[in-house]
Amino acid sequence: MNRIDRHFTALRKTGKKAFVAYITAGDHSLDVTASLVREFEKSGVDAVELGVPFSDPLADGAVNQSAADRALRSGTSLAGILRTVEKLRREGAQIPLILFTYFNPIHRYGLKRFVTDAAKAGVDGVLYLDLPPEESGECLDLMESAGLHAIHLVSPTTPDARLARIVRRARGFIYYVSREGVTGMQSKLQGGIAANVARIRRCTKLPLVIGFGISTPAQVKSAASFADGCVVGSVIVKRIGELQGKPGLARQVAALVRRLAAPLKTIS
Amino acid sequence: MKRQTPYRGYPNRTGHFGPYGGMFVPETLMTPLHHLAEEYDRVRRDPAFQKEFDYYLREYAGRPTPLYFAERLTRELGGAKIYLKREDLLHTGAHKINNALGQVLLARRMKKPRVIAETGAGQHGVATATVAAMFGLECVVYMGAVDAERQALNVYRMKLLGAEVRTVKSGQQTLKEAISEAMRDWVTNVRTTHYILGSALGSHPYPMMVRDFQSVLGKEARQQILKKEGRLPDLLTACVGGGSNAIGLFYPFVNDRSVRMVGVEAGGMNLKKGKHAARFAGGVLGVLQGTRTFVLQDQDGQIALTHSVSAGLDYAAVGPEHSWLRELGRAEYTSATDQEALNGFQTLSRIEGIIPALESSHAIAYTIAQAPKMKKSKIMIVNLSGRGDKDVVEASKHIKQLG
Repeated sequence: MNRIDRHFTALRKTGKKAFVAYITAGDHSLDVTASLVREFEKSGVDAVELGVPFSDPLADGAVNQSAADRALRSGTSLAGILRTVEKLRREGAQIPLILFTYFNPIHRYGLKRFVTDAAKAGVDGVLYLDLPPEESGECLDLMESAGLHAIHLVSPTTPDARLARIVRRARGFIYYVSREGVTGMQSKLQGGIAANVARIRRCTKLPLVIGFGISTPAQVKSAASFADGCVVGSVIVKRIGELQGKPGLARQVAALVRRLAAPLKTIS
Repeated sequence: MKRQTPYRGYPNRTGHFGPYGGMFVPETLMTPLHHLAEEYDRVRRDPAFQKEFDYYLREYAGRPTPLYFAERLTRELGGAKIYLKREDLLHTGAHKINNALGQVLLARRMKKPRVIAETGAGQHGVATATVAAMFGLECVVYMGAVDAERQALNVYRMKLLGAEVRTVKSGQQTLKEAISEAMRDWVTNVRTTHYILGSALGSHPYPMMVRDFQSVLGKEARQQILKKEGRLPDLLTACVGGGSNAIGLFYPFVNDRSVRMVGVEAGGMNLKKGKHAARFAGGVLGVLQGTRTFVLQDQDGQIALTHSVSAGLDYAAVGPEHSWLRELGRAEYTSATDQEALNGFQTLSRIEGIIPALESSHAIAYTIAQAPKMKKSKIMIVNLSGRGDKDVVEASKHIKQLG
């Protein structure tokens, strides 16, 4: 069973919500990424999305763009990220790991080779930011047979007919983008979440997590109340940027993550 | 002679030109792009829209543009007869106004009060700011900081026209970053905003829509040459950044098999990595900013740095239909270096009294190399896609001998 399914099933049984953390792989270095994943697992994070840095991240806001720049400057490649995942798995990490990526680095690596190598390394799922179902047939077939989950985004602009098409090929969980825009922090969550969540629930039994713009414990609590969990990214990535080169980076970031996740860990 | 299947029906319903093109964008943009494709599908068959478009092209933009016989240049080069399609004479000084007009009319139909655009050399930004001013729409133009500096005149023009110019400081601060920033704006303001993409690139339906709006220039050129010479030309040439002026010229001739078509990319300083923008010389298949096409990139799929003396050609990907025409063997692509383009810039200025844009100067450079090799009975059409007023400051930095 895929680690994502195993983990979400366990959460559902205990009535708990998922806290998913996003970080850019190779931000500072892949060693830092590995320590962050270890600390996150110890801190009760339910899944980690590892952003594959890309030179032209058009769906990302300023914070994640800078992180991608730092990661590329430190020499991060897709192959290096897969080696890091493999190392974490060898050490016994069981936390679900999802690659969050633009399509071109995958295309260049070679789709078949990527799917084989990612599954072998211990990646559980892949979310392609710019590969809609219209273009992803071959890719999804390959992933399906390798046991890799294709995580799909649904946005407020996604109409019902299209939603039905997306959930047919979606695996693991649905990532609901809670607003129109790029990744990044915001002071207030966009309205209409409840209605959109209900709309998605009617189409699929897959767990549903909410992301884009969630950056405080209060927002975590509020977003998760609509769904099975939420994703927090930019506020963590920003902190990683601020702590560049400082000792104890991973521990300090994990402390922030625990504060953010606290509302989900204390209520049941 | 082998019978050829006519070139038609591209892109297909899903926006593909063979293996190229498509829709590679974030989910939030998929539905707006589908709506745009549907709306465009309606207007392309709507005579009222076409009539309105023709009206503005004629009365506002100044169409038709002349197909000018460059007699002195022809004599000087001593080969093929050279005709220039004078898109430089259009309102705002380049072919970009054709597409900007088509898309602003579409934006009005879709009741979008706000338009945004990216711009490299500034010509598309100026064209968009112009049509937005005429129709009273809010307008924001994204421009790389490097381009804003080398095309400062156009930045001022856009501001004068009432547009807000937002300079983009990420990456290499040129056209590619301006497109990413425009897409970020669009994804955020998608309900109120239409993105007037300026070249035949990006996600479907843009490559098709921009081609169709620009085809007016090729249709005119075809009629004009038939009237002047009583026959089709032997060779067409145009510069290729994203490739909108080239596709606008080529497309109406695509089934005239006797007409050779040559696109000229930016050869920059040389064809070493990072020194040029010749995608067909150094690029491989990739996906960038919505489309699958030839892209300059490294081993890891990171987009490579590009260079060209002309901001409008300084881009890492080529419009997908050009990749397809090349694969089919219907069009050929070559490149001209910065030096060759600067030489073309001066040559046309001195011999014909026409200062071409640095972009168009690449097509002139190819003409200078090619025309002498052709018989005097041959005819070629060069797309003079824009005028060079915007380039004189930049060019003067490179052309030392004119003090």
